[in-house]
Amino acid sequence: MSDTIAFTLDGVSVEAKPGETIWQVAQRQGTEIPHLCYSPAPDYRPDGNCRACMVEIEGERVLAASCIRKPTAGMKVRTASERAKASRKMVFELLMADQPERQVGHDPESRFWRWAERVEVSESRFPERQTPGPDRSHPAMAVNLDACIHCNLCVRACREVQVNDVIGMAGRGHNAKIVFDFDDPMGNSTCVACGECVQACPTGALMPSTAVNAANVRTGYADRAVDSVCPYCGVGCQITYQIRDDKLLYVTGRDGPANNNRLCVKGRFGFDYVHNPERLAQPLIRKDGVPKHADDKVDPANPWTHFRPATWEEALACAAGGLRKIHDAHGGGALAGFGSAKGSNEEAYLFQKLVRTGFGTNNVDHCTRLCHASSVAALMEGIGSAAVTAPFTACKDAEVIIVIGANPTENHPVAATFFKQAAKRGAKLIVMDPRGQALKRHATHMLQFKPNKDVALLNAMLNVIMAEGLFDQQYVQAFTENFDALKQHVKDFTPEKMAPECGIPAERIREVARLYARSRASIIFWGMGISQSIHGTDNARCLIALALTTGQVGRPGAGLHPLRGQNNVQGASDAGLIPMVFPDYKSVENAEIRSQFEKVWNTKLDPKRGLTVVEIVNAVLAGQIRGMYIMGENPAMSDPDAHHAREAFAKLEHLVVQDIFLTETAYYADVVLPASAWPEKDGTVTNTNRQVQMGRKALPTPGSARQDWELIQEIARGLGLAWNYRHPSDVFAEMKQVMPSLANITWDRLVRESAVTYPCPAPDQPGADIVFGDGFPTASKRGKLVPAVYSGPGEPVDDEYPMVLTTGRQLEHWHTGAMTRRAAMLDAIEPAPIACLSPNDLPRLGITPGETIRVSTRRGTIELAVRVDGAVPSGMVFIPFCYAEAAANLLTSPQLDPMGKIPEFKYCAARVEKIAGQARAAE
Amino acid sequence: MALQDQDRVFTNLYGFHDFRLAGARARGDWDGTKALIERGRDTIIQQIKDSGLRGRGGAGFSAGLKWSFMPKKPDGRPHYLVVNADEGEPGTCKDRDIMRHDPHKLVEGCLVASYAIGANTCYIYVRGEFAREAENLQVAIDEAYEAGLIGRNACGSGFDFDLYLHRGAGAYICGEETALIESLEGKKGQPRLKPPFPAGAGLYGCPTTVNNVETIAVAPTILRRGSAWFAGIGRPNNTGTKVFCISGHVNKPCNVEDAMGTPLKELIERHAGGVRGGWDNLLAVIPGGSSVPLVPRSICDELLMDFDSCRAAKSGLGTAAVIVMDKSTDIVKAIARLSKFYMHESCGQCTPCREGTGWMWRVMERMVRGDAEPREIDMLLEVSYQVDGHTICALGDAAAWPIQGLIRHFRPELERRIAERHGQRQAAE
Repeated sequence: MSDTIAFTLDGVSVEAKPGETIWQVAQRQGTEIPHLCYSPAPDYRPDGNCRACMVEIEGERVLAASCIRKPTAGMKVRTASERAKASRKMVFELLMADQPERQVGHDPESRFWRWAERVEVSESRFPERQTPGPDRSHPAMAVNLDACIHCNLCVRACREVQVNDVIGMAGRGHNAKIVFDFDDPMGNSTCVACGECVQACPTGALMPSTAVNAANVRTGYADRAVDSVCPYCGVGCQITYQIRDDKLLYVTGRDGPANNNRLCVKGRFGFDYVHNPERLAQPLIRKDGVPKHADDKVDPANPWTHFRPATWEEALACAAGGLRKIHDAHGGGALAGFGSAKGSNEEAYLFQKLVRTGFGTNNVDHCTRLCHASSVAALMEGIGSAAVTAPFTACKDAEVIIVIGANPTENHPVAATFFKQAAKRGAKLIVMDPRGQALKRHATHMLQFKPNKDVALLNAMLNVIMAEGLFDQQYVQAFTENFDALKQHVKDFTPEKMAPECGIPAERIREVARLYARSRASIIFWGMGISQSIHGTDNARCLIALALTTGQVGRPGAGLHPLRGQNNVQGASDAGLIPMVFPDYKSVENAEIRSQFEKVWNTKLDPKRGLTVVEIVNAVLAGQIRGMYIMGENPAMSDPDAHHAREAFAKLEHLVVQDIFLTETAYYADVVLPASAWPEKDGTVTNTNRQVQMGRKALPTPGSARQDWELIQEIARGLGLAWNYRHPSDVFAEMKQVMPSLANITWDRLVRESAVTYPCPAPDQPGADIVFGDGFPTASKRGKLVPAVYSGPGEPVDDEYPMVLTTGRQLEHWHTGAMTRRAAMLDAIEPAPIACLSPNDLPRLGITPGETIRVSTRRGTIELAVRVDGAVPSGMVFIPFCYAEAAANLLTSPQLDPMGKIPEFKYCAARVEKIAGQARAAE
Repeated sequence: MALQDQDRVFTNLYGFHDFRLAGARARGDWDGTKALIERGRDTIIQQIKDSGLRGRGGAGFSAGLKWSFMPKKPDGRPHYLVVNADEGEPGTCKDRDIMRHDPHKLVEGCLVASYAIGANTCYIYVRGEFAREAENLQVAIDEAYEAGLIGRNACGSGFDFDLYLHRGAGAYICGEETALIESLEGKKGQPRLKPPFPAGAGLYGCPTTVNNVETIAVAPTILRRGSAWFAGIGRPNNTGTKVFCISGHVNKPCNVEDAMGTPLKELIERHAGGVRGGWDNLLAVIPGGSSVPLVPRSICDELLMDFDSCRAAKSGLGTAAVIVMDKSTDIVKAIARLSKFYMHESCGQCTPCREGTGWMWRVMERMVRGDAEPREIDMLLEVSYQVDGHTICALGDAAAWPIQGLIRHFRPELERRIAERHGQRQAAE
């Protein structure tokens, strides 16, 4: 090859690839040069500061840092000359002078000590100087800067890799030191506990607190490691469990396609829920005579008030028997099932197959209904595919990035790191959200528009694109339809007219529309702010129209990306856990499709679409649905107007709950089946990027808890189905028969490669990251532009309920908190329910920060502490929905988007009150 | 032979005359600058090369050659000239007087040099403590703008040129050219690893030349009077005039411009009134600012003050800051004080410098008292050699060299103190 660089390394002629450093070539040649401040991990820029990797280059007076120096043609490099070796040894000796003794030196097996051993330095002739004491202020991380060697890997981890900008190097010379913010204790700093620094630290100065004892010495050494994927959000970070004696010690990030080794606080420090004493370890059956009522509560640590232990035989017989009885008496329509986006693809597939073939109904749904159902509806309608057109990592090629109705630093933290990096690189980052957020600091444009005014803002942008001719004529002609109708529709939405509606000045709307339309590549990311609305489908239609009119789709750096919420919401939807469609989004109402599935599944199938989550709850209360099987979902917490939902679950004749904890939903169960947590099972999951990834069993299930897929099979058998799967891989093989999307992706390949993106063109080729470069999978091969109607919220504010209530998640907590609130570190960081209010509203309401307040809507009332949050605009209250003791969803509105059937979690009318007579907390 | 008055470049070094534009013009500055520019880039660079001008900031690299490293064809990135006026080397105060008393020489030099390297923008990074100097320089810049000498169509040459003065915040390390660039960019002043060198990727990642004040300030005079004139002063490869800063134990400390290669003894005796107590009272001289190794009296007798001669004496001309120490000097303490300076000014980025400068200072402090073991002299020397040439920038070298010079020439003194202290301790027991 002509572009390689030939040079001599230790007397041997070698060739460097363009951009390769001397260190990398040496490594490739089998010589590992000592290194401390250099990490070969992705995204870590070499810095050349530690001088442990110095090599001699012929003709140069000074030695060169091999980690950063690139060879030039003909260069003669000696990695092991006496001078180089002596200088490297001196570096270790100088550093060792200030190190604590190895055995008590926090991590005796750190990279520093291992390298010191290899360069044969075991003690220093130099006197030590005064070193700083430990900082144990953070629940999840132990800071012992006496072991710090100032390599600044943690600084790069924090500032360049995760872009959190918390860690810095303060001071100068030998007074240089690592600081958090303004030299605050780590626990008091703005650290978001992603733990990237812990993973990067070569000395043990930064360690997970679970790995050290009270004396700050490392105690935890793993006896095995298992590669898997994180069970939290839709990003799908690859991880490695570090295990000792079947207990999870800690978790490290792995170089997956979606995370390049990075993790967030949940993925790194949020796994001890699997060992929580409240884990269900044996089947439970409701005690005779214990009635169900909506306001009932069960202590998960002591379920014996309501339940009695049962054998598996009895529990399974009771579970299946109850369902069968209802089926036989009232037909399949009297049954429904909620599957889970937290389980594997195989479990999701089996669950929907059970409901469709065993229950004989399409009444099967899952939490996608509560998160991106409207996005899916709009995408299916517009471009014939509900998945993303490009992975979030495509933002690295984008010139303009729009993030709307999403708060990725909290909900997709690792995806957010890529956005922040893109913004640092110079991409225009446009954040649109009624609520401020951490990404705002990195944004070039922050459009904090009025809540619920998405369509006003987005149609105004479309108006600019049409009026100023910013659309891509060629693209529109070749790949879209209905352009003229859209053009006509948005005519009235001039920025001047919409500015007072959405609260963004007309000129700002124009500027952003021009930026988006004119850039070489623009990509849109959106989240629940768009979808969780009664006009969520219209919101998403606008975004699709933006991309299709300007041709900002199907190219590197361009596309549409709804950030999927749960780890497997993409996969569970693909697998058919949706009432209207079979696996791969095939309509249940299409006779031809149905007959194909009837052939494969060998049974007659219900020709009617089933009911969705909220519709099922209403059908229960209407007496139409009598029995349910709920696996891994917690609708008593996650459904809107939760009290109403709880009444429904209490009313059920028969409820089977399969879960790892006694969730708020399980309070109403007749049978509780203890199941497997994510680290306890094999299975595949599909992340927001369409990457199918392999999760591996790392731990045994507690007590007699069993694998979820086995339990679904047991229920199926109890209903008379002759299922005989032996392993999730059998299920995957069957899925491939009915899901063309999985072509060329096999279980074995996933075991081997850990992740494969679909669609994938060949067994030996990577999948397609960017899709729809030349048309869409619609009947006409064109994308359909659908005008979005501008309508108001389901429940506008009024004098009685003058505030907007909006709900969402927090960085530390996941969904309904079933897992994260039982994870010690996460619970320690965010232990109690809060309501976030604007600093402008507090004095008006006479409330002091920290005080307990009352928040009410037409559906309920909760009491919780108030937190001042500058990101919340005046007139709004934000409440995370993960806290059972003050469940936000007791307040939310169950009104649905007519097409996506998604509830309006992001907007309802509320009242915030001071509780009379309460001592003022701040005084 | 002493430098003739008519061969001096800095004719207002002592501020006896007006520093402003009128005075500068009277001294010949800004005379026919347009014509200098019209010679063209290549000619200017060639003439500077031919003059043999070596960088006056300490390293002594050929200025013309440095300018020639700048890309010839623009690739879309702007070029920059950055003038290093962060004069912080202990003993050095020549740029200070140039900026204070003869600022137009620098301003004109910035224009000519910028033109030669294709830079439309030049930044002068002035040491933060130089408040008055910055004021005078700014006056000169404003006057030059006002008179159309710089700015759009500078001197009517058709060349657009902007000149900005930037004041540093007090860190010695910002005098290192890449740390200076970082600081100018608004970052913490820490040296960059090289390559890439500034000519390839300097300020804001663009091709940049960094030159010392004196280097730039002499350029217009060289172009006006011709390369041959400049090259005719001094010795081969060490040509031209040079401002020397003579301080320490002399009767009349001063800045003085003289020919390169002037014998040290002649320099001190002619301009500085001689060593306090006479030449025989001389102990040692640091000939080029605190960074270079000292030379003892025995070498001083014959030492010629230019780059190559000082180098041959295992020292360096550096910034030509001659620090004279007579026999009353506690030479170990003097060097220990320099060690403290380098420890204090180390940026802390790389291990050998951050750890090594601190360690060397601590050992030097003990050496002052003799509170050490004889073997520690070798250990000190070893560490100094491990710091030297192994750090990101030259500060590590600068911290090591004075100690190396001390041990090279005054080892018996170190041993004597250790032995004496041992004796005292034994006597006490």
